[in-house]
Amino acid sequence: MDDIFGIPAPLLFGQLLLGLINGAFYAMLSLGLAVIFGLLNIVNMAHGAQFMMGAFCAWMLLAWAGIGYWWALILSPIIIGFTGIVLEKLFISKLYKLDHLYGLLLTFGLALIIEGVFRNEFGSSGLPYRIPPELSGAWDLGFMFMPIYRGWVVVAALILCLATWLIIEKTRLGAYLRAATENAALVQAFGVNVPRMVTLTYGFGVALAAIGGVLAAPIYSVNPQMGSNLIIVVFAVVVIGGMGSILGSILTGFALGIVEGLTKVFWPEASATVIFVIMAIVLLARPAGLFGRA
Amino acid sequence: MQFDRRSLIAGGSALALGGLASRSPRAQAANTIKLGVLNDQSGVYRDISGPTSVACVRQAVQDAGSHGFNVEVLVADHQNKPDVGSNIARQWIDRDGVDVILDVPNSAVALAVNGVVREKNKVYLNSTAATADLTGPQCSPNTVHWTYDTWMLARSTGGAMVKAGGDSWFFITADYAFGHALERDTSNFVKAQNGKVIGTVRHPLGNTDFSSFLVQAQSSRAKVVGLANAGADTINAVKQAAEFGLTRRGTKLAVLLMFINDVHGLGLQAAQGLVCTETFYWDLNDRTRAFTAKVKPHLAGNLPSMSHAGCYAAALHYLKAVADMGAAAAKADGAAAVARMKAMPTEDDCFGAGSIRADGRKIHPSYLFEVKAPNESKGAWDYYKLLQTTPAEDAFRPMAEGACPMVRS
Repeated sequence: MDDIFGIPAPLLFGQLLLGLINGAFYAMLSLGLAVIFGLLNIVNMAHGAQFMMGAFCAWMLLAWAGIGYWWALILSPIIIGFTGIVLEKLFISKLYKLDHLYGLLLTFGLALIIEGVFRNEFGSSGLPYRIPPELSGAWDLGFMFMPIYRGWVVVAALILCLATWLIIEKTRLGAYLRAATENAALVQAFGVNVPRMVTLTYGFGVALAAIGGVLAAPIYSVNPQMGSNLIIVVFAVVVIGGMGSILGSILTGFALGIVEGLTKVFWPEASATVIFVIMAIVLLARPAGLFGRA
Repeated sequence: MQFDRRSLIAGGSALALGGLASRSPRAQAANTIKLGVLNDQSGVYRDISGPTSVACVRQAVQDAGSHGFNVEVLVADHQNKPDVGSNIARQWIDRDGVDVILDVPNSAVALAVNGVVREKNKVYLNSTAATADLTGPQCSPNTVHWTYDTWMLARSTGGAMVKAGGDSWFFITADYAFGHALERDTSNFVKAQNGKVIGTVRHPLGNTDFSSFLVQAQSSRAKVVGLANAGADTINAVKQAAEFGLTRRGTKLAVLLMFINDVHGLGLQAAQGLVCTETFYWDLNDRTRAFTAKVKPHLAGNLPSMSHAGCYAAALHYLKAVADMGAAAAKADGAAAVARMKAMPTEDDCFGAGSIRADGRKIHPSYLFEVKAPNESKGAWDYYKLLQTTPAEDAFRPMAEGACPMVRS
């Protein structure tokens, strides 16, 4: 078998594919962040906690109500999205007139509280959640063993990302949203209920995080820290892509997943830092991010 | 200025009272042993240490009974940061008069605290950290390493794997003191039995996705993939190993450190068939069951693993030594208290009869367990079947091989 940079080609292809799968999670989470930041101007630090709540919600539905994976995939985002709406109404809506920093601090505080409550209730070792029987098993691709579930994650993430992008860029509703971010007062003058639209947008962003959580539950340990491990990387993705740029966050999510996957082959110890190195370089060269408008 | 008798008496008695008031807590402090439980209350190692360790130490205080001195238990969270851990240890000893520091999971923090306690001549009873260096090059007259260590895990789990024909290994290692020590000790075992280590990959602590490392391990064609990590890292790696069909081509997974709380988090479906080593299991015998029944009401759904049992047994044995030598002497000289602990045989419900060696290593048998399949388990936390027992004298690294400066002569 041929070698590429001293690494056997099959191994390299395998890592590219795995990078794409991890990129799917980054893309899904950074998409939610980008939507919320783009339309609400809130840096949603609670996004990781909401991702975790999505996974826990799937577990609770199964353990307490016997509701399986597929229903959880629909119900969990609705339930967690609703908690997001409540949060927005109670707290976040008070901060739109203030500096970004206040929103960041508030959501960071909320994330710590939410994670603390879950840790007290469920401990830190995590809870078991099985891969649904329809998606268990794997394909032997020759160069690697490809679990069917991972393939499903990539497909689901691509569909979600594409759908969100289409809604915001190509529909009338999306046009209202984008207009409201440019000039809320004017859009309101045309008879659009802007505060409600903003509330629903936050709920939608949170629901995206929750779907990510449900998709992650069968493959990652369902524990209270699962979101905070991921969220820092996802923030870096958003910064690299350009704050608020939807397409940017999707593309950057997948691309950085691949970069990280390759780093795990060539220099595994650096795999946790490589994304931040890229972030630093991007910030120096293009402070608005790769796809951002300065 | 004129004083009459009445005001003199009043002033005098106030002075006397003031003197008394300030003297009595000091008198009490001289007669109070302070145990500080320093562990992870909020992170990945919370369930294997955390509040359950605190409850077990409190149980030990209760079981030790009254011997004419008071015992106070303090708790702090070291957040898995060596600087935070050693700062708390310093503050506790300098400002709060803490005599003993207990538990301390995370080998990096454990080694940092080891230095502080030795410098201040207090007592360090480590239960949950794994690194065998605590009784090796870094051994200290103030330290007892109670429950387990990397050498003992390597011998029990690693040895069983090699014996079953696993002579080529690939390691997936947590990139800090603990992972390095566990990988080193296991590699030594594998090599000593004519096995070879084909490759190793190091991942940061708190890694979420192991697929990349597992695929590397798979393509190395090693017979055994050794997981030299702990807690959530192990859970994620085991879960994903099953997903990627690691064991389907005959590769074996060696989980070098797993606690019963991790098995609980994995679920029997994912964990069945794995082998792991612990020195305590709640369902091992009548005494361990009795101990578990006693502490269970204070544990909020968790069950004690070997690390928690170690906190209980270490605190109990220390309090026996204090009762023997007197609280004042124990407080004055930590090394003397540890020496007294070493001179006395240990006896408790969790580990039975045992002893502490000159290098600070507590010795007791180690048990190799296999995780039950879901249909074999009779109820909640019925997870292990016993495969083999290594007697106390063989379970831990021989003192002469540890390179501990205290026993070199």
